Amino acid sequence: MVSPSTMAAVRKSGAVPNAEFLLTAEGVRKEFPGVVALDDVTFRLRRGTVHALMGENGAGKSTLMKILAGIYTPDRGQVRLKGVDIELSSPLDALENGIAMIHQELNLMPFMTVAENIWIRREPKGRFGLIDHGAMSRQTADLFKRLNIALDPEALVGDLSVANRQMVEIAKAVSYESDVLIMDEPTSALTEREVEHLFAIIRSLREQGIGIVYITHKMNELFEIADEFSVFRDGKYIGTHASTDVTRDDIIRMMVGREITQMFPKEDVPIGETVLSVRNLSLRGVFADISFEVRAGEILGIAGLVGSGRSNVAEALFGVTPASSGTIAINGRDVVIDTPTKAIANRMAFLTEDRKDTGCLLILNVLENMQIAVLQDKFVKHGFVQQKVLAEKCADMARKLRVKTPNLEERIENLSGGNQQKALIGRWMLTDPRILILDEPTRGIDVGAKAEIHRLVTEMARNGVAIIMISSEMPEVLGMSDRIMVMHEGRVTGFLDRAEATQIKVMELAAR
Amino acid sequence: MTNNEALHGTSPVSPPSRRKLPSEFNIFLVLVAIALVYEILGWIFIGQSFLMNTQRLTIMILQVSVIGIIAVGVTQVIITGGIDLSSGSVVGMTAMISASVAQASTWPRAVYPSLTDMPFVVPIALGIGIGLLAGFVNGQLIARTKIPPFIATLGMMVSARGISKWYTKGQPVSGLTDQFNFIGTGIWPVVVFLVVALIFHITLRYTRYGKFTYAIGANMQAARVSGINVEGHLIKVYAIAGMLAGLAGVVTAARAQTAQSGMGVMYELDAIAATVIGGTSLNGGVGRITGTVIGTVILGVMTSGFTFLRVDAYYQEIVKGLIIVTAVVVDVYRQKKRSKA
Repeated sequence: MVSPSTMAAVRKSGAVPNAEFLLTAEGVRKEFPGVVALDDVTFRLRRGTVHALMGENGAGKSTLMKILAGIYTPDRGQVRLKGVDIELSSPLDALENGIAMIHQELNLMPFMTVAENIWIRREPKGRFGLIDHGAMSRQTADLFKRLNIALDPEALVGDLSVANRQMVEIAKAVSYESDVLIMDEPTSALTEREVEHLFAIIRSLREQGIGIVYITHKMNELFEIADEFSVFRDGKYIGTHASTDVTRDDIIRMMVGREITQMFPKEDVPIGETVLSVRNLSLRGVFADISFEVRAGEILGIAGLVGSGRSNVAEALFGVTPASSGTIAINGRDVVIDTPTKAIANRMAFLTEDRKDTGCLLILNVLENMQIAVLQDKFVKHGFVQQKVLAEKCADMARKLRVKTPNLEERIENLSGGNQQKALIGRWMLTDPRILILDEPTRGIDVGAKAEIHRLVTEMARNGVAIIMISSEMPEVLGMSDRIMVMHEGRVTGFLDRAEATQIKVMELAAR
Repeated sequence: MTNNEALHGTSPVSPPSRRKLPSEFNIFLVLVAIALVYEILGWIFIGQSFLMNTQRLTIMILQVSVIGIIAVGVTQVIITGGIDLSSGSVVGMTAMISASVAQASTWPRAVYPSLTDMPFVVPIALGIGIGLLAGFVNGQLIARTKIPPFIATLGMMVSARGISKWYTKGQPVSGLTDQFNFIGTGIWPVVVFLVVALIFHITLRYTRYGKFTYAIGANMQAARVSGINVEGHLIKVYAIAGMLAGLAGVVTAARAQTAQSGMGVMYELDAIAATVIGGTSLNGGVGRITGTVIGTVILGVMTSGFTFLRVDAYYQEIVKGLIIVTAVVVDVYRQKKRSKA
């Protein structure tokens, strides 16, 4: 084991062994409470290549990338940089070892200039130890010339487009003389022309011998820019191939090629009348022309990759961020839903994607968390809450949902994720909804609680609730849905019936 | 590990029975401790009892009851995760305006000579109404423009003070009717304080308004998704805080039997201090009126005790500052402990 500071010194001296692989990870394992994110994963990055990481949401790409960038430390396994074992303790540590990461959310300071952003912490000093802005500007100009970037070093980062900010991030990474560049979906916010420019820069970096780890969901990019790719599935390493050796179908098969082994308690329940009908729902710049129907007792799964606009549609339906055009009809009547209050008045319920940010009232107790939505129109007399009756109801519900908590006065933040989720489902079940929207209902919770939640969803369907379920987990979508709507970049790319839906068909629609 | 239990457990939820000591109990202990320290120091240095003096205790409570009335409103604002810096200035403004319609016709220089000898409900209603309006404006600013409560109420603090100076060009308003002055005499201010505290204690604990107030402070986004009209609710909370500051202004004028534009300066900070000492978290979602009442009394005991011990006023302020900071540090520590429990 070589300490990072020694490593940095070795790097400076230039006496680095010329290993075949720039960066390798062997037998890497990473566990989070309740989930094994990576299990015995291998990854090898060759000098001067672009290596794409492929996989579904939750396959482990991000975790691996964060380990390589020093954000996470692996529980087990070896990371080697040019054949030397390293143990990264922080992103800064990784940067000093020559591994730079460009995040999806760019980490630049908007009120500082391009040059200041690039050279932060390493500003060239002039006399009296003051920052030499002239030199900084010149260094930046040189760097931009090398990368063929046309940007003013003195421009404010906040005034730049997303694409240009990305260029700044890349220049910053290159300025550290990095050997390895990790890019997390760099094209997600770029136009086609900007993508072309980005690819030109990536190619020139590759020619300079830099190794690039490239994460993408877009199949065509893979063939355009990547030399090699590695596929991950459920936290496991599936294989590495040269991108010239395979077809798109091969890759999809590798990404989804698993049997559905988990049990889903989906039952066939009588499907009733259309409850919710959505026509041409659009939100400018986010999603467009979304039309679908959900019937009583039906579970409509919404599949699609992260960023495909699934959650935005759910938020629009519930009035959190109202759509800019389109109509929503409930039981055949057009309704206007521009606030969650109106959605609840129309007997809708919405279990949000982010339990912590938009679900739990973390510092309040379980009872207060469960009763908050139903208080909109029930259990209140002359402004006073009928606490005794309501507490009984909540206790019954908690018992029915098997929420594990010492008592209802326990703060919800002290519960496990699964039990928090069950309490939140209880919050909505108390309102007796006829339309239930679930956004990633089982994310980050253990298998047992997952099965419980699936059982609850099935039960609600049996009781005639129309259910929309967004999920990134393919087995969940396929196992629970009567019909699946697939989205890609803000548009519906197709509907699949339960009988015809397969992972491959869903993936094809989701990642065209 | 727990999956099996979760799946097959019989009754994982015990009924809500086990009553813990209310969190105010700790604050109450602090109050008792401070009082005892004064008692002991009193016997040692002055040879008198601090507590066995009804007159002193009465004056002490009287002095802080105006702060207490304000603090009841400020507590609600802070529970939503906001802050109200305008209450002291609103006290000044409403004191001036309500006093201007409470003047006796015997007074030679009435602000509105045609509006003298009004029944006492008129100035009281006007003062409360103006306070309500000021709070409503605060709430509108915060809810509609999304500017931070600190800034919105800072603006109101400056403007309301300006209004109270402009209103009579700096002249005090005196010669108030006996009827009006009555509510400031004797124990009445304390009664007003305790009634207000009781009303809002019940409101916060047992009404939907209260539940929503805590929910917004705990997680505004989640509250919105749960169907709460967050903007509308915040307007209500700030309006109530303004109304209580208006009431405090009326009581202040009645107690002093005159109104001056400088009334209520720094009251907002005392009210915030009382609230925070009483265990309300500045992060929102946590706090109770009972705690605020105790916090108010602690402020009173501290001031009264220092005077009793003949400690220089300068030291009083220094120590007061220390105690406020300590209260918040203790609160942060306590919150951490609770979330790990």
